[in-house]
Amino acid sequence: MSDLALKTKATLRDVPADDEIEVLTFEIGGETFALEAAIVREILDLLPETIVPGSRPFVNAVINFRGKVIPLADIRVAMGMAAAATTIDSRVVVVELDLDGASSLVGLRTDRVNEVTTLSKASGEPPPRVGLKWPPQFIECLIQREGAFIIFPNLKAIFASKGRASGPD
Amino acid sequence: MSTPDPADIFRIEAAELLEQMEQGLLDLEHRLDDRNLVDAVFRALHTLKGSGAMFGFDRLAAFTHHCETAFDRVRKGLAEATPELVSAVLDARDHMRALVEDPTSENTDEENYLLERLQAAVSGAGPAPVESLAAPSAAAEPGNLATWRIRFALPENTLVNGTNPLSFLDELRAMGECRVVLDRSALPPLEKLDPTALYVTWDVMLTTSKSRADIEDVFLFVMDDMTLDIEELPDSEARPNAAAPTAAIAEAPPMTAAIEMPAERPAPDTSAKPVSDAADPKLRRKVESVRVPAERLDELMDRVGELVIVQSRLQQIAAGSSDIGLRTVSEEMERLCSELRVTMMVLRMVPVATLFDRYRRLVHDLQRDTGKKIELSTDGESTEMDKTVIERLADPLVHLVRNAADHGLEPIEARLAAGKPEAGSIRLSARQTGGEVIISVTDDGRGIDRAKVRAKAEAAGLIQPGATVPDQDLLQLIFQPGFSTASSVTNLSGRGVGMDVVKKAIESLHGSIDVASRPGEGSTVSLRIPLTLAIIDGLLVRVGEGHYVIPLPAVEECIEISQEEDLRSRGRAFLSLRDTLVPFIRLRELFATGTKPDRYQKMVVVSTGEERVGLIVDQIIGHHQTVIKSMSKLHDDVTTFSGATILGDGSVALILDVINLVSLGQEQEARLRAIA
Repeated sequence: MSDLALKTKATLRDVPADDEIEVLTFEIGGETFALEAAIVREILDLLPETIVPGSRPFVNAVINFRGKVIPLADIRVAMGMAAAATTIDSRVVVVELDLDGASSLVGLRTDRVNEVTTLSKASGEPPPRVGLKWPPQFIECLIQREGAFIIFPNLKAIFASKGRASGPD
Repeated sequence: MSTPDPADIFRIEAAELLEQMEQGLLDLEHRLDDRNLVDAVFRALHTLKGSGAMFGFDRLAAFTHHCETAFDRVRKGLAEATPELVSAVLDARDHMRALVEDPTSENTDEENYLLERLQAAVSGAGPAPVESLAAPSAAAEPGNLATWRIRFALPENTLVNGTNPLSFLDELRAMGECRVVLDRSALPPLEKLDPTALYVTWDVMLTTSKSRADIEDVFLFVMDDMTLDIEELPDSEARPNAAAPTAAIAEAPPMTAAIEMPAERPAPDTSAKPVSDAADPKLRRKVESVRVPAERLDELMDRVGELVIVQSRLQQIAAGSSDIGLRTVSEEMERLCSELRVTMMVLRMVPVATLFDRYRRLVHDLQRDTGKKIELSTDGESTEMDKTVIERLADPLVHLVRNAADHGLEPIEARLAAGKPEAGSIRLSARQTGGEVIISVTDDGRGIDRAKVRAKAEAAGLIQPGATVPDQDLLQLIFQPGFSTASSVTNLSGRGVGMDVVKKAIESLHGSIDVASRPGEGSTVSLRIPLTLAIIDGLLVRVGEGHYVIPLPAVEECIEISQEEDLRSRGRAFLSLRDTLVPFIRLRELFATGTKPDRYQKMVVVSTGEERVGLIVDQIIGHHQTVIKSMSKLHDDVTTFSGATILGDGSVALILDVINLVSLGQEQEARLRAIA
């Protein structure tokens, strides 16, 4: 049963003048992340996945998404978080990204999807160089909202380095 | 449906005409006295001019007109076909192609230069001594009038096709004094008359100074379907002619050439079809083929792919049902889908001849640029490959042919000194074996100099000085980026860019490249390309909880391994099979499934082309029509799988790349042995 069959089509809106963008917020490992709603294609309930033997832990499986075989990426691995089991709230967020110059669909594992909302990027702060438990190069910025930080991951950097942070955490 | 831009229609036609022209000229170069080729080239020029004018490509029409005029001299036997002429027309053809692509480009200097070359090539020779078959008919001197009796009959559907026979009469009238008589004998009675059909023929007496060829030209466009009878009447009055100007070819319209030729065509009493159609089979083939944009074929391919997946779901449902009707329908569906698949495959297949033809022009230019004599031969041109694959092989092959011509073949003196024939040979061949097509480029030149390769490799740090390197590995080094043993860089090659680009291109087609070479004798570069089909026949197997597909062409046999054999073979990697030892790989271990093995293990013996290896799986499910879905770039590094497919129940099965799988298995084993 899909409670959110959120089909967020690519909006043609440019970033409005007051630097607000529409985002989808979700949770991984207890932290809240946000992605531009424009790149989200669909949100799926957990579906059967096929492990790809010999693949890196970052993209260790594939799924059947409307007749296409797309990879399942785990941002946990990129962020160096511990692995965790899936729950009833777990979802797969299918996004469209530019990989090596070609537009591709990728599924992202999440623990829970929250909402579509607007955030002001102007209030975002760059990640601190030290003291952060995640690789700073994978984070675009941190936006504060209602006392908590929302993490804006730098998907481009994550996928370019294929989920492997070069330095120590 | 939007109407296509007429200019695009013309461009497609022009491309075909230019192609015909090029092939005709290249053939002509080897058979300079073949009149049929000359006529074929002339016809292409003439048609290009006419169509060009009709679609508004005026510059093209004008330029082609001059070329046509010049070439007409050859057609009429006033000039000989020479290699210089062929070269000149080939270059002019290139300019024509540029004019088709960019009709407004201004390049008068180049055009004048080309036309001058043409003119020089055709004005050198005098009237060619043409074999005269006919009886001594009046070999008239320049400018003489002669009387001709022209009888022509057009097919019944001429009017329906839009041709107006009266226009021919007008043209004849414009050539001189004419007496036209209508022959109505074939007219049926009124009740049987079809008003759109043509039943009448004409008998014309024409007194003109024009030649027989000029008269035939009137009917050029309907030549194929009509009967035309041109007879010179011997009692023509020979009138002295005001000096016919041998006009400068470049400016005057073609029909002023006034020299009458001794009839080289068959004697007039045969109803002559003067221009042989055998020389131009492509014109005939028009009715047999349909031009389809390649994207439509791709769409169709996708549909068929989806159909196959749905059919496989139906099959699953039917297998679990006791409804006989359903099962029958499912079987029928499977058969139909299979046939549809095969038909689709064939649609996209194109003979490699279309590829090989392009290199004739390249070799022609290479001879000119290198000063060597090169003979290009081809073998297996009828071997067929998928259209897109052929397109992607075009550039790599250009590199290989260039390499062979530039580095492989020795200069003429060196060849003669070595006792080889003066002309170097480059041979392109194609053959199909199993699931692959092998295309090779072979030259009989000096072969690859191992010492040079070694020196270069050592200098580049690719191998240690003094290390023994097997010959094959040494040869494969030439595919490293930047590698070139050429001592000097010519404008053709030597920059070391070619070979590694070739290797990448072939690998992107999931193919491989081999080199064989004998010093002093020559080299052969072979490209092995798998027949990339979007739907393949596969063997579906289960390993642990995952399903995998093994391409059926690679499968040799399937065996069940008894428990004892399985126990016995622990710790070993070989199994005895009918007196031979077959190495095997336990996929469960290679894939680290973490599951317990099934009670009875199965072994699928596959062939990598060079060796036989057994793959041990938990269950062999059966034959499966596999629609190949490509995997994401994120999984590029997992070379053991060449793709994925979707099974009837919606789950994903990965398709094994047998060769890479076996390599990986051997690597792992080597590592384990090293540790042990």
